[in-house]
Amino acid sequence: MQKFEYASPTTKEQAVALLGKSWGETEVLAGGTDLLSLMKDFIVTPKRVVNIKGIAELSLIRMPRNGSANIGALVTIEQLIDTLGRGFPAITDAAKGITSPQIRNMGTVGGDLLQRPRCWYYRAGFGLLPKGENGEPLVANGDNRYHAILGNDGEAKFVNPSSLAPALIALNAKIKIFGPAGGREVAADKFFVAPRSDSDREYTLEPNEIVMGISIPPTLGVRSATYEVRQKEALDWPLAAASVALTLDAAKKVKAARIALGHVAPTPWLAEAAAEYLTGKTINEDVAAEAGKIALAGAKPLSRNAYKVQLARVAVKRAILQAAG
Amino acid sequence: MCIVSVISVISVAKNVCPNLVWSDLEAKKSMKLNFRVNGVEREIDAPPMKRLLDALREDLRLTGTKEGCGEGECGACSVIVDGEALNSCLAPVCQMQNANIITVEGLARDGKLDPLQQAFLECGAAQCGICTPGMLIAARALLDANRRPSRDEIKEAIAGNLCRCTGYVKIIDAIEQAASAA
Ligand SMILES: Cc1cc2nc3c(=O)[nH]c(=O)nc-3n(C[C@H](O)[C@H](O)[C@H](O)COP(=O)(O)OP(=O)(O)OC[C@H]3O[C@@H](n4cnc5c(N)ncnc54)[C@H](O)[C@@H]3O)c2cc1C
Ligand code: FES
Ligand code: FES
Repeated sequence: MQKFEYASPTTKEQAVALLGKSWGETEVLAGGTDLLSLMKDFIVTPKRVVNIKGIAELSLIRMPRNGSANIGALVTIEQLIDTLGRGFPAITDAAKGITSPQIRNMGTVGGDLLQRPRCWYYRAGFGLLPKGENGEPLVANGDNRYHAILGNDGEAKFVNPSSLAPALIALNAKIKIFGPAGGREVAADKFFVAPRSDSDREYTLEPNEIVMGISIPPTLGVRSATYEVRQKEALDWPLAAASVALTLDAAKKVKAARIALGHVAPTPWLAEAAAEYLTGKTINEDVAAEAGKIALAGAKPLSRNAYKVQLARVAVKRAILQAAG
Repeated sequence: MCIVSVISVISVAKNVCPNLVWSDLEAKKSMKLNFRVNGVEREIDAPPMKRLLDALREDLRLTGTKEGCGEGECGACSVIVDGEALNSCLAPVCQMQNANIITVEGLARDGKLDPLQQAFLECGAAQCGICTPGMLIAARALLDANRRPSRDEIKEAIAGNLCRCTGYVKIIDAIEQAASAA
């Protein structure tokens, strides 16, 4: 591990003052389940680590009676499952899928959203947009079986690893951020971006900002679900996942729908055309399957991951059927 | 008091407040940490991003906790922190200030095995044994929270613990037996 300075502030103002103005200078430490590995393997080499665990307000949870929820960034995944109960199935389905009790007890909501890609070229030190010695693209030419099938026209070919992100997007959640200029909120579907260079990040956070938490709007009357396709049930990330939120009218026709896919693109993937297709329809197996096809219509698999297209279609179909119940 | 000075401390003198500002640039300056391990108060000096696993095995010589993968994928390094099982290979020791930690060495009391250890023996739930400390810890965390878990709940509780030998059935049997004996 590279040498670094360590600071443990107790307020958000101190934390942001301790953070650097460009990526790479400093890193925020929450549960540490990802940052420790990244530092140990020299993938990130910050000059200063800012531990935010001492900032009490980041652990707060507020659940007003109107069915909304405000969850602090330091709330662990396991605490998230316990607190949300039955009101937010898309989120709790996704959270329960996260690997193991040990990871869920340590990993935090903020850390899950900001965990770095699991692309094996990135983790082996070839950069976010991995290139070989002569500048050749390593993912396109190499072993890309777990890489992106959508949104992969640019140089970024990794998939966003967060299981919570698609669920938050389906439920129209916002990410709360604090920086030197004060607080701001970003819709979860605008928070993630595909980086254009190795020194960019996969999210729109500034280097001297921290994520304070998430706010989920009232979900009364919203039916939601997440369906994940996994190679094995534990100790790994999903191969494809879909989160769906539906509101139905009295005749059980879809009034509004939102569908977000995970683990298929460098960002969580909002499937707008598929959601539009559902509007006004009664959900049945054929309608759900057709929405799955529409969601993947633009897929451009790489040399070794065409199988993921079908997995993602099925994830969309099953998430819709599960949400419609 | 100390807190307010942190920001300036970093730029001027790194040795003013070692608990809050630490620099490996001066390697001797590690961080003082206090926590309780298996009921005993311990104090160690360690770099903040040292893995809890290494602090336990090297600083405290508690080698019952094993390293399998070092990546959060096998659970051999599981310990209980403030009542919850976690992977000590992914836990920076700086997050353990004032924590209450239980390792496999803390399960037996006064020379008497924990009911789980007894059940593992009786059911043949250990073969090579490398996963056993982590399995026992994951199972202890489960039984502390849920005295009569179903077989499915047992499977979920040990979902983060890999065993290459037993095929899991005898481990699940043992946890069930310990739960019904309690
Ligand atoms: C074997 C294994 C399997 C896994 N499977 C899954 C899975 O299926 N699905 C899934 O979603 N995740 C999975 N994970 C990832 C796990 O959920 C994350 O490692 C965890 O949630 C990260 O949280 P943390 O608090 O430990 O983050 P840290 O490691 O502390 O931080 C992670 C990153 O986020 C930044 N950060 C954290 N909090 C903030 C904040 N509030 N503001 C600004 N920056 C911040 C850090 O600087 C760092 O870059 C898996 C992990 C392992 C080891
Ligand atoms: S050594 Fe920690 S999970 Fe494998
Ligand atoms: S007994 Fe050998 S790995 Fe479990």
